[in-house]
Amino acid sequence: MRNLFALLWKNQFLVLFLLLLGVSLFLLSRSYSYHGSLAYNTTSDLSGGAFSTYSNITDYLSLKAENDLLAEENATLRNVLLSSFLQTDTQYVYRDSLYRYIPTKIVSNTVTKRNNFILVNKGAKHGIEKEMGVISPRGIVGVVVGVSDNYSTIMSMLHQNMRISARIKNSGQLVNVIWDELDYLYGTVIDIPSHIQLKIGDSIITSGNSLIFPEGIMIGEIQSHQIDGNKNLSKATLRYNTDFNSVRHLYIIENLMKTEQDSLINKLSTSNE
Amino acid sequence: MSNSLVKNILRFIILMAIQVLVLNSMNLSGYLNPYIYVLFILMLPAKINRSLLLIIAFATGLVIDYFGNTLGLNAAACLVVAFLRPGTINLLFRNYEFGVNEEPGPYSIGFGGFIRYATILVFAHQLVIFYLEVLSISNFFYTLSKVLLSTILSVIVMLIALLLTSKRKKNI
Repeated sequence: MRNLFALLWKNQFLVLFLLLLGVSLFLLSRSYSYHGSLAYNTTSDLSGGAFSTYSNITDYLSLKAENDLLAEENATLRNVLLSSFLQTDTQYVYRDSLYRYIPTKIVSNTVTKRNNFILVNKGAKHGIEKEMGVISPRGIVGVVVGVSDNYSTIMSMLHQNMRISARIKNSGQLVNVIWDELDYLYGTVIDIPSHIQLKIGDSIITSGNSLIFPEGIMIGEIQSHQIDGNKNLSKATLRYNTDFNSVRHLYIIENLMKTEQDSLINKLSTSNE
Repeated sequence: MSNSLVKNILRFIILMAIQVLVLNSMNLSGYLNPYIYVLFILMLPAKINRSLLLIIAFATGLVIDYFGNTLGLNAAACLVVAFLRPGTINLLFRNYEFGVNEEPGPYSIGFGGFIRYATILVFAHQLVIFYLEVLSISNFFYTLSKVLLSTILSVIVMLIALLLTSKRKKNI
């Protein structure tokens, strides 16, 4: 035993190196799955505060472009106001709202890594929870994976664990969108049925099958479609509608019926067993 | 002693701030990201206790990871740098006698020597970062090209930083 300790002490440099390397690889291994990312991330008011001070300074540089984008979005929203429709029906229909949109601002963002995250300036205090969907004025952005009091971390579409249930807009076929292009402009559409021939410019939208995103949110447009004759399912490249590198303002989507939908699904899955 | 300690703490804070706030959000030609913070580990005194070096490097990496949401990635890369550093110094500067708190910087070992020293260790750092991040060899050469370009860029940024602060350094 004493010899063992003596040996370890003699090689303390190597032993310490291997020990610490083991610790860091253990920490790292947690981030290789979607659920690991949900459980272990470092969202905190400390790191959030540092980024937010810095972005307060740099935001002025992009004010003009950001204003244009917001004006464009205002115009779109004005189009769906009740007052912009011809009102022939006198009966007032009451609708429960299903989704609530919480506006946020990005304080830190990356696009060049294999796994990219976005930090925004709203958190648990503002009603944000894990696994809420995130969109930009142009289209889909990602899913919330970490929340502190005042900040949240979003796993952006540019992450290897991201997989979004989507639909081809004009045929209604269900597909999935992942990111393996390693370029922040492009994503990959997988699981396309072989009889479907996509054209350049076809829109891909969210399917509404997950409880995270409402149906019909724009993801991107088809850039190219490779058909492999032997396989049942083909792949296509899409160009994201959101420019992840320049986006500044985001909306986090709260599904107001989520608890009800969740409990229904749980009931179904338990009755199947 | 305390002089060297204060200098290193200041260097740590400044390099961390530059790395986290400026360089991490910088993408030259689309995907290149310079890593200047490794300079802190490179510039620790040449005769520092080797185990202490490992612990400092590990902590440095964790701080960067904390701000980048990559827990463990930079820590592992920094450990590899700290592990290779004593051997690299022995190999490159066998004939040079370092003082007690002397740093292996360009003013002791010359710019040529420093470039060789930094390139070897930054290359090791980038190699670990990029391959651990991707965790596959499917895009082997694409990733390797990123490693090489990022290494060159990081070393250039380090040299610029050293040149800009050289005057102050001579006074200390």
